Amino acid sequence: MEYLAGSKEIVESMPKLHSREPFTPAILEFCDDIAKELMRVPNGRNYPDMITLGFWLRKASTEALRKRFAIKDENVHLGRGVIFHVAPSNVPVNFAYSLFMGLLCGNANIVRVPSGDFPQVSMIIDVIHKALCRHPDMAPYICLVKYGHEQEINDHFSAICDVRIVWGGDATIAEIRKSPLPPRAAEVTFSDRFSLAVIDADVYHMMNEQEKSELARGFYNDTYLTDQNACTSPRVVVWLNSIGKEAERKEFWSRLWEIVDKEYVFQDIQGVNKLTKKYLLAADAEINIKEGKFIENKDNRLICVEIDKLTENLPAYFDNAGFFPEYAAEDISELSILCNDSRCQTIGYAGKREMFAPLIKMGVKGIDRIVPIGKTLDFDFIWDGFNLYERLVRTVVIY
Amino acid sequence: MNFGELLEIPPFSLNKEQKNELLTRRLKELTHLHQSNCPEYRKILDSLNFDIDSVTSYAELPFLPVRMFKELSLKSIPQEEIVKTMTSSGTTGQTPSKIYLNRATSSNQQKALVKIVNEFTGSSRMPMIILDCPSVIKNRAMFSARGAGILGFSVFGAEKIYAFNDDMELNVEGLKDFLTKYQGQKIFLFGFTYMIWEYFYKKILVLKNENVTFDLSDGVLIHGGGWKKLIGEAVSAQEFHQRLTDACGLQHIHDYYGMVEQTGCIYMECEYGHLHTSIFSDVIIRRTKDFSLCGAEESGIIEVVSSIPESYPGHCLLTEDIGQILGEDDCPCGRKGKYFKVEGRLKDAEIRGCSDTFDIRKSRWSI
Repeated sequence: MEYLAGSKEIVESMPKLHSREPFTPAILEFCDDIAKELMRVPNGRNYPDMITLGFWLRKASTEALRKRFAIKDENVHLGRGVIFHVAPSNVPVNFAYSLFMGLLCGNANIVRVPSGDFPQVSMIIDVIHKALCRHPDMAPYICLVKYGHEQEINDHFSAICDVRIVWGGDATIAEIRKSPLPPRAAEVTFSDRFSLAVIDADVYHMMNEQEKSELARGFYNDTYLTDQNACTSPRVVVWLNSIGKEAERKEFWSRLWEIVDKEYVFQDIQGVNKLTKKYLLAADAEINIKEGKFIENKDNRLICVEIDKLTENLPAYFDNAGFFPEYAAEDISELSILCNDSRCQTIGYAGKREMFAPLIKMGVKGIDRIVPIGKTLDFDFIWDGFNLYERLVRTVVIY
Repeated sequence: MNFGELLEIPPFSLNKEQKNELLTRRLKELTHLHQSNCPEYRKILDSLNFDIDSVTSYAELPFLPVRMFKELSLKSIPQEEIVKTMTSSGTTGQTPSKIYLNRATSSNQQKALVKIVNEFTGSSRMPMIILDCPSVIKNRAMFSARGAGILGFSVFGAEKIYAFNDDMELNVEGLKDFLTKYQGQKIFLFGFTYMIWEYFYKKILVLKNENVTFDLSDGVLIHGGGWKKLIGEAVSAQEFHQRLTDACGLQHIHDYYGMVEQTGCIYMECEYGHLHTSIFSDVIIRRTKDFSLCGAEESGIIEVVSSIPESYPGHCLLTEDIGQILGEDDCPCGRKGKYFKVEGRLKDAEIRGCSDTFDIRKSRWSI
């Protein structure tokens, strides 16, 4: 195991370390300092995910979080203690959001960082080190570690934590759950989820040139930037009000294709993967598909198939790296068959936010957030339907 | 046209135009057949902008990724016509392919195999050493690729002996007696590349130091099953052959390329080290980025087409292997048809994203 920040001694002192109140000025200053450093990283602009993190850590942003979340009552609020974060190994910056969320809530943090070699990870860690030199009082609260699948290490961190946060999917959760938690400790798990996009063709029709190009960019960032494999990445596109709007649909995909063609790095096996998924979908007895109805699939980097209905089984055919079943719905309520699934997480949309009310009010089991296309990856304290602030803070009642 | 007509033609006798005409006709018929009899296949064709009447060459026919046979039970015959279900050896933890055979397809596989192999071994039966253990073929209802290979190639053997017992130990005494008995005759040997390397070659090297030797200079060895495991030991095809020659005098060694999804149509390696397509089947090399056709000596994904499958829609399949065409109709060995080489397998993708993917092919990342 490698300590990228902190040390064995710091880990060992954590169980007795005093918690802090959430959103103390010292923590906000520390985050703001990190934000400024992140903006100064040479070539940092090449990593939009890191820049987004920088914006999220600015004082204006953390102040806004404080205003939204800090509970003003007669009680005292404190961090729960030690948070053990298991970050996903294939999303570069997620570990940092998890860490700063723990810090902002007043906790000490042990974070397992991604095992993948991402430039962003080392850049962010360098920035943390620089900031720690100016804020030595924060050092006891931060430990960043890198290790493989060793269960003894999971066992140890689990045994000393007050909250365990497991990012990643079902298999990881099952793996981490082999390590017992102390009786009072709590756990937050982020299981396998899927997301979708909804586009109102009428609204698209009214968009100007710039809005259309921003939408294409936003959709690209929501999907291809994470190989369309994040839990937030739309896997299916549902069109509303699209009768007679073939040109709009075509234009949406054409604009996306222009970006994909320039920017997306394709891996050879992905074409075979998508062909397999496309044919499995075609072979499903319930669904009929048509290829290339609205856009000719120019090559394997972008594959769109028109499906004639939404079914419960559709998620079995979801794929990544640019595979989009698309469906023209007559009414928003048709989405309920997909959304009445607790795995359904985010809807990215282009349209009016009011249009979702009838769907939500049907009482669907899924859908935790509805955000404009381009914002699906934006991190918030309310994530996956959990209020993470509440999960990471303890309330001391004083009568 | 039925498969019997193809069997009348010597397997390496047709030139490019003749073969294209023949295979296109047969493969279009098979496409029709499966479209009528396999509901999943029909739905797949329906989803494409595909018009069979405009097809002028079999390269224009839709092809299924081989992985489809792992995910679905694809067949074009009623359940009661199934006489055999073949499964791919599949690495541990993976779902194997399931290939359903009726009497006609199963028998045509065997006939095509005989026609192809006879071009390399001559048509008389030979004493045969099976470089494997007897238990591989025990369960006849579910054939593994290894078992199917051994049974398929057994038709070339008269008297047979398994070289290993079920613990994969070399039966030294039995082999000695066998070789003495058939001294002076051509001996046929068959096995899978890795098994031969691991349990035969390595063992006879040890025995050589104990002055126990085998003379197989009258033997002809056919082996298949891929090089994946041997690449780990850094052994090339050429070296494999040379080492076997040095160890036991084997001169005639033929590798072959083939897969359980298209049993029968194997691609035999000739004296010049080239894999050959017979008139029963062909390889088409496609570009990974859009599946368009590669030019000569351009590497791409291997598509295999076979004129045999009538009981399952496996006549046009996209493999996950990489290869290139070396030439057509002009191999110095004199056999007509395309000749090619296999260069490896497509690499698994390394993808981002928070859904974890512990063991599926897609990704090496785990969380």
